[in-house]
Amino acid sequence: MTESTSSTPRRGVPLWVQIVVWVSLLGLLAIVAIELNHSQQGQIGPGDRVNNFSMPLFSGYELNGQSQIQLSNFRGKVVMINFWASWCKPCEQEAPNLEQAWQFYKDDSRVVFIGADYVDTEPEARAYLAKFGITFANGPDLGTRVSQLFRIKGVPETYFIDQQGILQYAQIGPFSSVDEIKSIINPMLK
Amino acid sequence: MKKTFWISILTFIIAASFTSIARAQQPIPTPSDDQVNYIAHQLYCPVCANTPLDVCPTDACRQWRDLIRQQLAQGSTEDQIKQYFVQQYGARVLAEPPRTGINWLIYILPPIIILAGAFILFRALRLWTKPVSASSFSGSNEDAAKDEYVARLEEELKKRN
Repeated sequence: MTESTSSTPRRGVPLWVQIVVWVSLLGLLAIVAIELNHSQQGQIGPGDRVNNFSMPLFSGYELNGQSQIQLSNFRGKVVMINFWASWCKPCEQEAPNLEQAWQFYKDDSRVVFIGADYVDTEPEARAYLAKFGITFANGPDLGTRVSQLFRIKGVPETYFIDQQGILQYAQIGPFSSVDEIKSIINPMLK
Repeated sequence: MKKTFWISILTFIIAASFTSIARAQQPIPTPSDDQVNYIAHQLYCPVCANTPLDVCPTDACRQWRDLIRQQLAQGSTEDQIKQYFVQQYGARVLAEPPRTGINWLIYILPPIIILAGAFILFRALRLWTKPVSASSFSGSNEDAAKDEYVARLEEELKKRN
């Protein structure tokens, strides 16, 4: 007596499952590649167009009475944006220089100074601004949206944007003198 | 009698309102380090890489822990404090990413991959352990019967017998 066995054809993985698996895998790889590419990009450099951004300002540090600024509103002006934080020691080194430079340019309507407070707490930020007698527009970089736009690596970092919205100069680290700041802004005004 | 009744009602209302005012004015006790660290542990320092806020030794993190303490003292809930940190410093401060958008992949992919792996392993193990029957080599009776050669051979044998 022999054992009877049914010879059913061997079923493979259905085609649609294979397609779904491969598409998902490729999609995942694409996402990883995009994220890796994004994270490995350095800071934006001179010659790059700076995308528009908006930023709230601390009360008492508004710009022409406005508590919210937008970069696009400053077309035709030289914009200096300085990223700082109250816990950052090198920021303290350059703070008096920035304020002196602002005192020099504040009556020139072609120049705008903006301070962006990077991952900080408001009471400490205000104490810092008061300590160094900062008077130019300052506000928190909420959700680090602006610093991500500039892809900053730390603080202090300062960016100079020309009248057409193009980045002209990026200062990584603190300024050592007010003349250093003037030597960047003055050629941009010519 | 009626006058006494109304005086006692009035006294009760005044006493009750004073009690509620006193209760409302009671300061919230200063939050303990454990309460602060419980929330700080769920947040990451936005400056130092991969460092939970409760163990981060920098000045910035100390400020943020003070901020948590301050908000707890003001009566904010755990969720409100976390929401405040997200609004101020971005979602990257959360130890557990929010379940929105592409973040869902973090939650969905690992179980899917584990289940798929388990299924593949199960199938592979079943194939390895399944005994191979002799009939798979000899073929079934039915097949044999259909085989013309075998049929002729059987006929020849019958004739000889």
